[in-house]
Amino acid sequence: MIFSEKHQLIRKLVRDFAEKEFTQELLDELEETGEFNWEIHRKMAAAGFMGTKIPREYGGQGSDYLSYAIMIEELARISPVLSIYANTSNSLGGGPLLFAGTEEQLKKYLIPAATGEKILVFALTEPGAGSDAGGVTTTAIPDGDYFVLNGRKTFISGAPMADYCIIFARTDLTQKGSRGISAFIVDMKLPGVSLGKDEDKMGIRGYPTCDVILEDVRVHKSDLLGELNRGFQNAMKTLDGGRLGVAAQSCGIGQACLDEAVKYAKERKQFGRRIADFQGISFMIADMAAELAAAKELTYNAAVLKDMNSKDAPVACSIAKYYASEMCNRLAYKAVQIHGGYGYIKDYRVERLYRDARIMTIYEGTSQVQQMVISASLLK
Amino acid sequence: MKIIVCAKQVPDTNEVKIDPVKGTLIREGVPSILNPDDANALEAALTIKDSNPGSTVSVISMGPAQAMYMLRECLAMGADDAYLLSSRAFGGADTCATSTTLAAGVRKLGKFDLIIGGRQAIDGDTAQVGPQLAQRLGIPVVTYVQKIREIKDGTVVVERQLEDGFEVIEVKMPCMLTAVKELNTPRYMTIGRIEDAFKKTITVWNEDDVGLKPESCGLKASPTQVMRSFTPPPKGKGEMLTGTIPEMATALVKKLTEKHVL
Repeated sequence: MIFSEKHQLIRKLVRDFAEKEFTQELLDELEETGEFNWEIHRKMAAAGFMGTKIPREYGGQGSDYLSYAIMIEELARISPVLSIYANTSNSLGGGPLLFAGTEEQLKKYLIPAATGEKILVFALTEPGAGSDAGGVTTTAIPDGDYFVLNGRKTFISGAPMADYCIIFARTDLTQKGSRGISAFIVDMKLPGVSLGKDEDKMGIRGYPTCDVILEDVRVHKSDLLGELNRGFQNAMKTLDGGRLGVAAQSCGIGQACLDEAVKYAKERKQFGRRIADFQGISFMIADMAAELAAAKELTYNAAVLKDMNSKDAPVACSIAKYYASEMCNRLAYKAVQIHGGYGYIKDYRVERLYRDARIMTIYEGTSQVQQMVISASLLK
Repeated sequence: MKIIVCAKQVPDTNEVKIDPVKGTLIREGVPSILNPDDANALEAALTIKDSNPGSTVSVISMGPAQAMYMLRECLAMGADDAYLLSSRAFGGADTCATSTTLAAGVRKLGKFDLIIGGRQAIDGDTAQVGPQLAQRLGIPVVTYVQKIREIKDGTVVVERQLEDGFEVIEVKMPCMLTAVKELNTPRYMTIGRIEDAFKKTITVWNEDDVGLKPESCGLKASPTQVMRSFTPPPKGKGEMLTGTIPEMATALVKKLTEKHVL
């Protein structure tokens, strides 16, 4: 894709920022402690990263999906986990509000999330409702001006430090599957909200994930998000933008893998010459470059379709997410392979990239769910 | 306060390679950037603006049309408006002709309190344009500014960097300052300001607009001619002396005597 000067400047900003601010020390600390780093969160917020594509009137920067994709890619190129810092408010957290929020809700919840003052997260998944997102068993029963929520949400990224959480719960118990589900904005300080222990994750360490447990949590009806019993449609629309974000993350990881592989192949000597001079290595690098280029084009294309509000955007996002996430795992595999034994050692960057890449084909819809979405669009 | 910042788009010399045969710079494919010292100058102006509400920061540059991109970057950092002096007549200018053109542009901008520029551009490394501009405008100049201590009652108090320290200088406004990198850390653009930067109009002026005759700018008005540019041959490898201090001192004296330095 040929980028406009505006998008080139967005890339320059994010690249300069990530290369300078995401120090090795910071990245190692995130990896070792697994904890959220507020200082970098605030710096990223000051550069406008939390509200890239959120409109100005709601505290955002008023840019577009293509800027968002470029930003996520460039952040993930240096740190996959820190790209998630900027992703939540733009995508899963802010998305449902933008789609369905009332003016009052947008002012109360979206503005502080877009400016980075508050953290707003998304909770759909449950122990028994993963790819089958319609299998939600959390309930919300009306009681006067309130809904009473009970249930357990699992793998909720950002829950440990969240101020607000968008919870999907069943409001019509007579309905099954995707029907009868509603969305609520839940203040994490409400009585009855508690957290599970932080998950000890394989990768993307430094953005904590845990369960959210709801026991008789009374949520005011003004915090019902969107229409009653129509929350699932809202969740699906949000995931669509979220998939674009994961596609962009995957491109960033893929770029990092390629960069590391090229650097190492030129430095490492075996049999008296650079390993880059062996066809077995150089062809692997050629394949990596070609796959990465294809994934980037799919991602940028999906972003532009989102910006055009095209009806083809949802499937394009699924295709980009599916291809790019699988691509970055192939690239991580090859980057480690090119590094040989050193790639298996934590001192080398590819070891971490290999682990970080693994979640890409899983979260925000597994590759198999994307295949379902893509094929369903063709075979209906 | 009305502050003017002078900026230049330069090739990123970190990326420039030298043609080993011709000895000239290979400029193809080299990204163009905002000159680093000029980014410090802009940051200084924006800092002053932050603490003096109502101030404006205008950026002015001379260069080809592609320098608009660098000016957008300045706007995205927080400058209010930007002006580009661009014309075929300005091409091939040395520092003398450049400062003539910039001075004409600054005069056209009208009254100002402060002009800040970078100490020097990384492509030419002359550090002449700032002082020449001040000379042409008839205002005082302080070069190598490493700190702006305070601004009050129409004066600026600055620290001027020296090789082994600094001097404190109070200067009356309007005046010109040239910035070194120690002055500050330039701020980042923001996503929102990038959006705004592309909604603004960058004013482009040619020689007629700023009241210059073609013969008084560009190559025709440049007394400096570059005869040849070349890469100096690499220096030989240094030699580390080892042993006790008296041994090393003896060895050093011997070497220096051999080379007729002593």
